[in-house]
Amino acid sequence: MSEKLRIATTSLAGCFGCHMSLLDIDERLLELVEVAEFDRSPLTDIKHCGPCDIGLIEGGVCNAENVHVLREFRQNCKTLVAMGACAINGGIPALRNSIDLRECLTEAYIDGIGVQNPQIPNDPELPLLLDKVHPIQEVVSVDYFLPGCPPSADTIWKFLTDLIAGREPSLPPELVHYD
Amino acid sequence: MHSTRVEDCKAFVETLIHRYQCNPTELIRILREIQDRYRHVPDAAIEALASQLSLPRSRIVGVIEFYSFLHTAPRGRYDVLLSDSISDHMLGKQSLMDDLCRKLGVAPGVTRADGQVSVDNTSCTGLCDQGPAGLVNGYAVTRLTSGRIDRMVPLINESVPLAEWPSDFFAIDDNIRRADLLLNERPEPGAALAALLERGADALLDEIDRSGLRGRGGAGFNTAMKWRFCREAEGDAHYVVCNADEGEPGTFKDRVLLDSYADQVFEGMTLCARIIGARRGFLYLRGEYRYLLKPLQDLLAQRRQKGLLGDDILGATGFNFDIDIHLGAGAYICGEESALIESLEGKRGIPRNRPPYPVTHGYLGRPTVVNNVETLAAAAAIAVHGGQWFAAVGTAKSKGTKILSICGDCARPGIYEYPFGTPIRDILTDCGAGGTLGIQVGGPSGTFIEPGEYDRRLGFEDLATGGSFMIFDASRSLLDIVGNFTHFFAHESCGFCTPCRVGTSLMKNTLDKIHSGHGTAGDLVELRSLCELIKEHSHCGLGHTAANPIIETLERFPDLYEQRLKAIVFEPGFDLDGALEAARQLTGRDDSAAHLQQVDR
Ligand SMILES: Cc1cc2nc3c(=O)[nH]c(=O)nc-3n(C[C@H](O)[C@H](O)[C@H](O)COP(=O)(O)O)c2cc1C
Ligand code: SF4
Ligand code: SF4
Repeated sequence: MSEKLRIATTSLAGCFGCHMSLLDIDERLLELVEVAEFDRSPLTDIKHCGPCDIGLIEGGVCNAENVHVLREFRQNCKTLVAMGACAINGGIPALRNSIDLRECLTEAYIDGIGVQNPQIPNDPELPLLLDKVHPIQEVVSVDYFLPGCPPSADTIWKFLTDLIAGREPSLPPELVHYD
Repeated sequence: MHSTRVEDCKAFVETLIHRYQCNPTELIRILREIQDRYRHVPDAAIEALASQLSLPRSRIVGVIEFYSFLHTAPRGRYDVLLSDSISDHMLGKQSLMDDLCRKLGVAPGVTRADGQVSVDNTSCTGLCDQGPAGLVNGYAVTRLTSGRIDRMVPLINESVPLAEWPSDFFAIDDNIRRADLLLNERPEPGAALAALLERGADALLDEIDRSGLRGRGGAGFNTAMKWRFCREAEGDAHYVVCNADEGEPGTFKDRVLLDSYADQVFEGMTLCARIIGARRGFLYLRGEYRYLLKPLQDLLAQRRQKGLLGDDILGATGFNFDIDIHLGAGAYICGEESALIESLEGKRGIPRNRPPYPVTHGYLGRPTVVNNVETLAAAAAIAVHGGQWFAAVGTAKSKGTKILSICGDCARPGIYEYPFGTPIRDILTDCGAGGTLGIQVGGPSGTFIEPGEYDRRLGFEDLATGGSFMIFDASRSLLDIVGNFTHFFAHESCGFCTPCRVGTSLMKNTLDKIHSGHGTAGDLVELRSLCELIKEHSHCGLGHTAANPIIETLERFPDLYEQRLKAIVFEPGFDLDGALEAARQLTGRDDSAAHLQQVDR
């Protein structure tokens, strides 16, 4: 048997909903691990990505660390996929884009109701926020976009099985129709 | 807002609502008056309007946010807008803008702290032959120079009323350089209506048919056919609308027609009214031409006095018709006929689904003819001189003449009327253009032609134009021009459909990225497919043409783009490290983790 494919996944500025949807392929996970192995992913707790075939990115880019992680994925993954509305458009986290960063942080850490010891966190361990949340394709080049919030398990499954079989992934209308 | 201001505002809204008879279709006019008085539409006014017109608040806010000349936050007591058309840029607009902002101590788009002044950009003001041009509190100013800017600054700072500003600021010339069938003579007011009454509506419609007249607003639909469809359409009322929105950058011939041939335009509307059975008509005048409002209203009053408007026109019992002028509020899309009708009804100017077309379902759902200013003026002349007079000029499919507004790099910009079929080369000779890079015919949504194509001819068969004719000499950069057009469309997209709303912004950003030397081969591929997507999937004409400048140049001059690409896989289109600056300031950090490299090495 030929070597297994390697898949890496990560959540940037996302809610983990897309990862939940990935788990939602249920028993098909067993089929998946027949042919593929997980590299860096919340499922494996591997800290850095090695050379991979497929990288699935959930969430947009909201801080400096997101940029580093995303670049690591881009360097290591042959095929990089924006999974879900946040990765594709910025999604819910990007709602802050119309608000000035200072206002945002002041509200959260200084003026907000019930804030104790008000101060804007500045520990060097913490990644700095970008002034706006960006879709991932504004920071690296992206090969595929999987729409949905989250994309359904069937969508993810159809996409992955197409890709793994060496077919150009294609999603039938019922998987990308939301009304 | 202060409570006395709130009271004052409520009382003012009350009088407006009374004056406009509580009619929600008058919403835009009402909002314009509120904007004039308070320099924005205050919250108190929105509340009062919502309750008294029984409209949801969101509908009113939606309208305010839609139109460029309406605001929810106060503009300066002097609101200066400079025209962003490519022709104004070629005449040095940007340095004047920078100069003005610096001398007044304002940033573009931000009202000065003392509330005295705001300066901003606006789409083409239709004064391209006498630019750089702009608007001060809605009134057109022309031929701006650094000298004029220097004179303007103290007038603003010292609160000199606009009426006391030097009149040369506001001087607007017709610049008619070549007159033909239409511009050569003005029929006597009433002459077309007399012919109509003498010969009857059927005969007159046949005469228009014989002339072969096609719409001058761009699409070139047969005018007699449009009128006939409308006439035959069922409805308890019919309407005539004259489209004077003239928003296509580089077009300014309707302004000249309304300045010097307005009688003829109104006569054309009245003629149409009689033929289709309308009792009411509208002139939809673009907001930029506000200075024409008063003279046009005076002219309407004169026509009423002469019995050319009102009841029993020219003594014909039951020939009742009157015209109302509706001032636009800064939205190019309102030139699209169904968006225009929405706007007339007091709504956001969003194009309707078509069919049904306005000829059967127009204003208030009733059969409506929408015609361009020039079409209506031509119809009046045809009524006087006959269809054959008109049809004898032009080509097989394009009868009569076309009025061009010529601007850009030529010795004599202005208005030129040519028989259809005239070669482009002759036009260039007449206006004194040489050493050209090319001509944009029909505005940003039209076509770019190169010197090798100057034997092509004016006409629906070959080069159609609503009137815009912009000349570029060899010193100009095609990508600058394409960039200006692309920004225009992104700004004017009405926002209704996603392919155009999102697509034009992405297209603008990607083009800018490539133009400024940060693009890669992947961006170019993206840009191509984005352009196709916008063209294929948009809802209306704006979206269908918005990508044309890029599509055309990518096809014909791919090198222009390819030369600028970076030989790397990818670079973000925004300043990554700059995006951390706000956070660095807030946290006081400057360690290495507080910075990002623009390109991943
Ligand atoms: C985006 C867009 C803008 C338009 N702007 C104008 C305009 O400013 N003036 C105009 O007469 N027609 C304009 N049109 C064309 C009108 O929809 C309509 O076809 C025209 O007013 C009909 O009059 P005509 O038959 O006399 O040409 C525009 C169309 C589109 C799609
Ligand atoms: S796309 Fe939806 S599910 Fe996925 S991360 Fe964003 S919000 Fe969560
Ligand atoms: S194509 Fe553009 S202008 Fe036309 S409806 Fe869609 S968003 Fe509005």
